Amino acid sequence: MPYVPPAVDDVLAAVTGRFGGLESGRFRDQTSLTVPESQSLEVLAFLKELGFDLLIDVTCVDYLEYRGAKHRYGLVYLLTSTTTNQRLTVRVFVDDPTSPDEAGPTVRSVVPLWQAADWLEREVWDMFGIRFAGHPDLRRLVMPEEFTAHPLRKDYPLQGRGERHNFPVISRDHS
Amino acid sequence: MSIAPPPRVPLASGPAAAPAAERSEDYLWTLNFGPQHPATHTTLRLVLKLEGERVVDAMPEMGYLHSGFEKIGEHLTFNQYVTVTDRMNYISPMANNVAWHHAVEKLLGIELTPRCRYIRTIITELARISDHLLCNGAVGLDTGAFTFFLYGFYQREVIYDIFETLCGARFTNSYTRVGGVSQDFTPLVIEKIRTFLKTFPKTLADMERLLTRNRIFVDRTKGVGVLSREEAINCGATGPVARASGVARDLRKDEPYLAYADFDFQVCCASAGDCYARYLVRMAEMRESLRIVAQALDNLPEGPVNVGIDQRAALPTKRQVYSTIEGTISHFELSMSNRGFEVPCAESYGAIEAPNGELGFYLVGDGGECAYRARCRPPSVSHFSLFPRLIRGHTLSDVVAVLGSLNIIAAELDR
Repeated sequence: MPYVPPAVDDVLAAVTGRFGGLESGRFRDQTSLTVPESQSLEVLAFLKELGFDLLIDVTCVDYLEYRGAKHRYGLVYLLTSTTTNQRLTVRVFVDDPTSPDEAGPTVRSVVPLWQAADWLEREVWDMFGIRFAGHPDLRRLVMPEEFTAHPLRKDYPLQGRGERHNFPVISRDHS
Repeated sequence: MSIAPPPRVPLASGPAAAPAAERSEDYLWTLNFGPQHPATHTTLRLVLKLEGERVVDAMPEMGYLHSGFEKIGEHLTFNQYVTVTDRMNYISPMANNVAWHHAVEKLLGIELTPRCRYIRTIITELARISDHLLCNGAVGLDTGAFTFFLYGFYQREVIYDIFETLCGARFTNSYTRVGGVSQDFTPLVIEKIRTFLKTFPKTLADMERLLTRNRIFVDRTKGVGVLSREEAINCGATGPVARASGVARDLRKDEPYLAYADFDFQVCCASAGDCYARYLVRMAEMRESLRIVAQALDNLPEGPVNVGIDQRAALPTKRQVYSTIEGTISHFELSMSNRGFEVPCAESYGAIEAPNGELGFYLVGDGGECAYRARCRPPSVSHFSLFPRLIRGHTLSDVVAVLGSLNIIAAELDR
């Protein structure tokens, strides 16, 4: 008998009752909930109260080349409950700002809710260039500090030359 | 001319000493530990702030082994990428192979044959034993128990030998395929696993006698690096690290994948949450893994190991390709870039209980032959971020004990 995860209908009902109709989807027994950025922190805090105490992952998908996608980036929060084993995927879509003066895409950090988000959000900032407002220490996680690009964006090529200008040239006299 | 010694500032010990404590910051040493150090075992770096021998704070840093695995995952097909997963947690590559194809099959909606489930279960458990042997061995090595490490490493060699007989590679196995595995079990492989099941418990008992009640080892690890249950959950710890802190969470029991629902085994937990508890949990898990392997071997189902040609989900064997028309067609279609697997335009997350914790892949399919996004959720990242909380207040010599007990593999950490 293949394993069927516990249903999350009660959770969806509770969230809908509190925040109004949110789009939810189901694929291969996994439920996902799409939350607008303006409500993301409140919904996630509410979900934590409902028992989703373990934040498994925070990651991002760049939908630049995805057929039929309406938004540029989709943040993914994988939540799990250690008591009921329920799993829920929360999606938050963000876009690049329309005017060039604004800073890049920003969402609110969930570090106050789950400490686990600390490094995961740093990695998303590093790889996708999405800022997390309220993050205590938003530095790059895997790429060097001098790095200027965000490599997992789809407009960043797999192969090519570059980035040498990011590093200082050290001459023989100064080495 | 005499040089006056620097004024000693007393340690902060009460309200009266508060201003002195602020100034004592100046006397903290900053010690750079890694990225190349024998006790980091891989390339990771710690910047330690020391007050004498006591660690006041630690700043872990990663990224020295970043190889862009997730970017590569968007450009390799589902069968090709398994070679990259070998190189993530190279202490137990078989478990990574299984995790990758578990996630891929979840996205593609492929049901495995019973024999394949059992075979994957057996090799994952062997990988778990080899991982725990190295991790506990390294903790022993770093705290001065060299013999223990050699005992463990010798048994790892036996497991390598089984894997070599099974698929031709000792270390980077690349054993699984979409819808199956690259080689079926031969009688020789089964015989070797049975021999291992007979001989290993004796070594395991020897190892326990060497270290579990060894005064030096217990003093070095007990009460060191304590992680509370709430912290473990809040910081996203999984696997043996969480179970040693009393989080009874094991995907093999909680979300039985592969064939785990068929076997009788225990979830090994401890409540102390220190380095010694993590050692004990890993030792106990090895015994449970042996039980699972024994049960799986005894009940190994007959039948095909890969899903059938008609499902067009697994590459057919060479014999099928050369002797049947269906095999030829299926092989040809699966290899064509415009045919291949039927990939839905959807997203799914598949995870297994890897030796180190929950190892999952978040996959986005766009109908093409490669994943649109192949996010790897490595257990090491959350464990490494725990490090400062575990080490604060302990001595410099405890750094290696804590680091070893977290079993951080930089290749998996940085990807």
